[in-house]
This record gives sequence, C-alpha cells and structure tokens, in this order.
Amino acid sequence: MPARAAASAGDVAVSHVLHAQGLRKRFGATVALDGAGLCLRAGEIHALMGQNGAGKSTLIKLLTGVERPDAGTVELDGRPIAPSSPLEAQREGISTVYQEVNLCPNLSVAENLHAGRYPRRFGLIDWRRVRAGARELLGRLHLDLDVDRPLASYPVAIQQMVAIARALGVSAKVLILDEPTSSLDEGEVQELFAVMRRLREQGMAILFVTHFLDQVYAVSDRITVLRNGTLVGEYTPGELPQAALVKAMVGRDVALAEGRADHAGIAADAPVVLEARGLSRRGALHTVDLQVRAGEVVALGGLLGSGRTELARLLFGLDRADEGTLLLEGARVDLRHPADAVERGLALCPEERKTEGIVAELSVRENIVLALQARRGWWRALPRSRQDELARHYVELLGVRTAGIETPVGALSGGNQQKVVLARWLATRPKLLILDEPTRGIDIAAKQEIMGEVVRLAREGMAVLFISAELEELTRLGDRIVVLRERRKAGELPGGSEGARVLDLIAGHA
Amino acid sequence: MATTDPDAQAPLPLHRRMLAHPLFWPLLALALLLLGNGLLNPGFLALEWRDGRLYGNLVDIANRAAPLVLVSMGMTLVIAARGLDISVGAVLAIAATVAAWTIGRMTAGGGTGLAPLFAAIGAALATAALCGLWNGVLVVKVGMQPIIATLILMVAGRGVAQLISGGNILTIYYPPYSFLGTGFLFGLPFPLYVAGALFVVLALLLDRTALGMFIRAIGHNPAAARVAGVRARAITLWLYVFSGFCAGLAGLLVSSNVASADANNAGQLLELDAILAVALGGTALAGGRFSLAGSVVGALIIQALTTTIYAIGVPPQVNYVVKALLVVAVLLLQSPEFRARVRALARRPARGGA
Repeated sequence: MPARAAASAGDVAVSHVLHAQGLRKRFGATVALDGAGLCLRAGEIHALMGQNGAGKSTLIKLLTGVERPDAGTVELDGRPIAPSSPLEAQREGISTVYQEVNLCPNLSVAENLHAGRYPRRFGLIDWRRVRAGARELLGRLHLDLDVDRPLASYPVAIQQMVAIARALGVSAKVLILDEPTSSLDEGEVQELFAVMRRLREQGMAILFVTHFLDQVYAVSDRITVLRNGTLVGEYTPGELPQAALVKAMVGRDVALAEGRADHAGIAADAPVVLEARGLSRRGALHTVDLQVRAGEVVALGGLLGSGRTELARLLFGLDRADEGTLLLEGARVDLRHPADAVERGLALCPEERKTEGIVAELSVRENIVLALQARRGWWRALPRSRQDELARHYVELLGVRTAGIETPVGALSGGNQQKVVLARWLATRPKLLILDEPTRGIDIAAKQEIMGEVVRLAREGMAVLFISAELEELTRLGDRIVVLRERRKAGELPGGSEGARVLDLIAGHA
Repeated sequence: MATTDPDAQAPLPLHRRMLAHPLFWPLLALALLLLGNGLLNPGFLALEWRDGRLYGNLVDIANRAAPLVLVSMGMTLVIAARGLDISVGAVLAIAATVAAWTIGRMTAGGGTGLAPLFAAIGAALATAALCGLWNGVLVVKVGMQPIIATLILMVAGRGVAQLISGGNILTIYYPPYSFLGTGFLFGLPFPLYVAGALFVVLALLLDRTALGMFIRAIGHNPAAARVAGVRARAITLWLYVFSGFCAGLAGLLVSSNVASADANNAGQLLELDAILAVALGGTALAGGRFSLAGSVVGALIIQALTTTIYAIGVPPQVNYVVKALLVVAVLLLQSPEFRARVRALARRPARGGA
C-alpha cells in the first residue's frame, strides 16, 4: 500500500495542524480501530471516508475526547494532546458538529450560540453582549439572522450553520463535520459548501464525513479512507476516481445495481397495480396523478419538501387525502390506516429508519415478521419455527450481517438495519413496494445490495415506487421517472433520461 | 467491528444465567423479606393444615395480595404500551359499589339463590370495563396524556361511586357473595384462584398469540409499529379496557372480603402500589420491556412489606416511613448500577491493602 506509506512516513511537516497515528480502540470484544491515523493541514477540506463500521465515528470520538484511545498519539500543532472531554478538545481548538443538530430548538439563536458560556455582568447575564457576540459569530459565516428568533423558526440547514458557528466559538483550528449534509437538500448543501470554503480560506482545517460520494469530489482537497478500523490511505480526489474510492472503502469491486437496460421493457399492457387520481392533501400535496405497473420501477424525484415523502404517506394510509381517489388493481380503496394498506399488499420502507422503521429493542426475527404478523392479526400467531425460517431466509438473501436472528436490531449497523426493514416487507410478498430514500445514510455496498434485490424483485413482477434525492440513482434505476416540485407533479420522463433533463425538471428551469 | 470474541456466544454457567434472569432480583427481595420475618418470628413461615384448609402467614400474604396482583397485571400491559392508569383505585371503588348496590336491590326485591351473585359480578365487571373504555378513548381518540386522562376518572370516579351508593357505606347481607373474598376451594383461599386464573390466561395469550410482540413493539416504538401495520391505537384502547376489568375483579374481591363497599376508601392509593409493583417486577416504566410474572412478584413484595410492618409491631405513626425505607432498599437491591457501585466499594479497600 504505497499511499499508506506516504501518509505515515513520519514527515511531521509544519503545515500539519493535526496529526494522529497508530490509534487503537477496543469496545469489549470488538476492535473498532486498529492502527488508524489522519493528517490535517491548515486551510484544507479533508474527507474521511469508509463504510459503516470502518471506524470513522470512533476516530472522531478519539479526536474530540469522547473516548480515550488504547494506543496511539494525537498531535495538534506538533504538540501531543489527550483531550478527556469534548469541552477540553474544544479548548485545544478541535470543534465538532454532529450529524443530528444538538441545539435547543426552543431557545433563540443567540441563546443557542452562548448556552453554557453566557457573558456576565455583575453576576447576571449580559444580554447586550450575548446578542452582539452572536452576530459576530454568525458574521464569520456570512450569515445574517435575527438572533432573537427561536432556532426552530429557521430551516434545518440554517440550524446546522448555527451549530457550526457555535462550534467555532473562539479559537478553533480544526472543525469536524460529521455527516452534516444528510438532512439538507441540494441548494442547502451548496450553501453549506460555500461556508466551508470560506472557513478554509480563513485557514481552518476541516474534516468532512459523508456518505455522498459526489459531495466528496465537489468540495474536498484530500481524502482519507478507513476500512475495518485501519487506514487504507490518503489520496487527492484527482488520483482517486469514484470507482477506485469505492473499491478502497469496500475492499473489493462493487457492482452498481442496474436498472432495466432497455427502459422500454415494461409492456404497456402490464396491469396497473396502483393508480392515484388527483390526490390532494392540504399543505402536503396538490392533485397528483400517478400510475405504477406490475414489474415497473417508478423513480420519484424532487427536492426536500417537494412532496415526495407526503405522496408516499398518502399512498400508504399514513395520512389521509382530502381529495382524489386511489385505485388498487383497478378497484377503489380507502386507506384509513397503514394496516389497511398492508392488508392489501402495499409496503413502505419509510424515510426515517430509526423512528419509523426498526423497533431497535426487538430482535432481528421479530422485526422481520412484524408486518406479516400484523397482517395475520394478533390472534393467528406465526409458529416460532416459521418465524425462524423466515428470519434466516431473509438474513441470508439480503446478506444481513448480524450475530444471530435473536440479536436486537439496534445493535446492527445502519445498512443492516435497513436490510431488516426491507426483509420485513419482502416477507409479506407485497404487490407494491414503496421505498422512501431507502439508502440514505447507509454505506455503498449495502446500498447496492439493497437496490439490486429490489430491482430483481421488480423483474419478477413486483411494482416499485422508489423515492430518491440522488439524481444518478433516479436515472440509473427507474423505468420511469416522476418528478414533484412544490407539492405538484412537475412531469414524467422515461427511464435512462439524461441527468440534466431530470435536474431541470426538479429545479424548475424548463 | 472487525473481530468478535467467539466466547461471547458460549452459554453461561447456571449461576450466571440465574443472576441474569430478570426475575432473579425481585424473587430474591421477596425471599429475603420472608426469611427476615422468619428470623424475627420463628413461627412466621409455618404452614398448617387444619379443617381441610391451609393456614399460615404465607397463605395470608398471597390472599391479601390478590387484589393488588390483579390490578398490577392490568397496569403492566398499559405501562408496557407507553400508558399509565392511575384511576384503578377509583374504578375498584366503583365496581365494589355497583356490586353492593346490585345485591342490595335484588335481595330487597326478594331475589334469592345465586341470581344476585351473578348479576353483581356481571354489573361490576361491565361497569369497570366501561370505565377502562372511557380512559382508553380519552388517551387514544382524544389524544390526552395518559396520566391526565386517567386522573380525571381517578378524581371523578369516587364521586360516581358515591352517587351510586347515595353517600353511604353499602353493607352486603348476602352470604353467597362472601365466598369470592373469603371462601376456600381445595384448601386454598378463593382469591388465589381468581388471580392465578387471570395470570395463566394472560400468560398464555401473551405467549401463544402475537399480542406480546405487538405490545412490546408499541411500547418501544409506536410509530414504527404503526407503519408496520400494527393497529397500535386499537390495541392500546383494549389494554385500558382490560386494566379497568382487572380493577373491577379486584373490587369484587375487596367488597366481598369486608362484606361492604366504601366509595371513599376502597382501593385508596391502590394505583401507586400497582405502579410500584410493576416497577419492582422489572417492567420499564418508559414502555416496551415488561414482565407479567415480575409484576405478580412485585405485588407480593408489597404485601409482604405491609405484613412485615404489622408483624414487627411498627407504631402506626411511622408505618409509612418504614414502608418507604423498605421500598428504597428493595429498589436499590434491584438496580444494576447500585450493585456495581457496592461491588466497586467492596473491592477498593482490598486493592489498597495489596
């Protein structure tokens, strides 16, 4: 591994703000990090890449003092440091913004920026300085907000930037962003990137963790790849094309799941499984028509807030439509509850895996049989032997990595949790499978395995409605692409259309 | 993530498995309480067979605990599904009053035989289930917080009971009814059979149907359960009805035992004992994880505590303080964090000496 040798050759160049090497960390029987390292230079955006379980989170926890390493050193400006808490790390100059914004939405922007460290005057909080300080912190990011308004009144993207402003606080040299873009839409991502570039110009070293490969290439100057707790190497984007990056992360070549090569493959006489006519719900969706045929993968695109999740919820009976009709195999249906949808052969992998997908405390087996059992009713329990058989079958089919079928799902990685949710629905043998961003926040290999299986099932006749924020996924996997914009249907394109055309439709410049 | 210890999957030795069993600590607490009594009072644990009946403090504790056991079982399921029912004491009083009132009306009208008995049982249980339905509707359909929704009936219920009783303590002059609370069957008090039968039926239902899994899914993650097609709201509604039904059964036993119904005092503070029994039994108060058997043991612990306090002759004015201290001790014994601290304290001096 020549790249690795280059990275750890011991040249403690002066430009290295942060230099970590030989980091080891064990949690019980699990080795999370086994000799990982990282070099950050002043004024660079550095992407940290790796699959779930590669050790990214652990590495960040060691850098920020959440956990102490079992072995290895961390140097900041050539001086060894061993922070024992995030606060101490912050004092040393390492600031972190986590994936979930951990601010208080009910407090004002200014309060959030200063909580825990209010400037005081005569022992009382000096509100004038709180406001002035808040404006100054935001000014560094070129943000102009009303600092007295509650944080919750701003969109998530702005909240994220407030979190960054708070993290930067006083004298940060290193800023760690842990999956900052996972809940942002495309425009918001660009705003965040602009802020990151500004900070880079100010000489900040930024460590950027993300699952989105295209974002890595859009913004980062260098890429460090981890795999199975070890350092694979440090690269520049130019020397590491996307396929090579995936290979470095996974350790082998990963075939991308492919949609139907011949996108005209769906016969016009294939039966329509689900049809929506003029579906509306106030504040959520406006007169949307949609058809999904047996064996067809319909890709549904649109910006965050365009109504794509709302459409899925209406189709599945999670919300009720104000107007419009829903036809299932030609017959009109009225879905009052998800149970009605499940009974009729619909399935939904929801967007929020943790809150609406898995039941973390229940076992893999129980999570897999839950929907099938719900359809049978509480009285007709599936025999235990049948439950075990189903669970084993789907664990093997989808390649769920788990210690056993009685392991609580919460102990699995994100990608494997998502596979369990998919298994739950496949076990009901649905006529229509709705996938709402099924691959968000999970690693690349799991993603391809999941989509590969979904496409295969569609070939066997299952209808699939597949919601994605990723343009490339829409065009690659969809037999037909439906785009929503501002809670209305913006248009339809055949599968395999050029990305630019889909993007025009999504963004609304026609 | 890279390597997993193969030993982690190996079966644990028997004593480790016993220690890890969720019922171990509640049972240990109960055993310690009973043994402590046995040491203070050598005759305490004795059982005696006399006139075809079994007598002794242990039988007595189980018998007196029966109403609390019943209520705790209903409470367990409500709490497991992220709810709470603090109206059970008031519902018990309503059921007791309805039973006494029904018997009074029917025997005054010349009713004889067993008809008044069955009418009283039916009316009391139906009323109690109706009370549970009211709670369930407020929680599930109206969307109120469970503690507030059931607080309404907790406060108003005693008023309803007084309306039925006309403000009097209703006395029951009807021998067949007294069998429920004071009768013996095959040598054991009849209330044990009522509580035992409900436990067996419920345990079978939870084990042999999917009900237990649904309740746990609802308790851990109601939104995910709903998306998976579990009719979470309907199930929750029925759990409140069931909790009311359990309180009704307890009301029958209590009113039969004392041959009267006191709208003001029957089942006073029962809701707190029931919640405590559920907590002692290892059910998570946040919902999800629950143990029916644990709650039964919890209820027995509470009754054993009460009996202990009387047995060791605690003056009445410090009765509650002593009970509180014993409860704290039992809870600490069950807390893994507390046990770990004690172990750490026990180890520290040894290390210092080495």
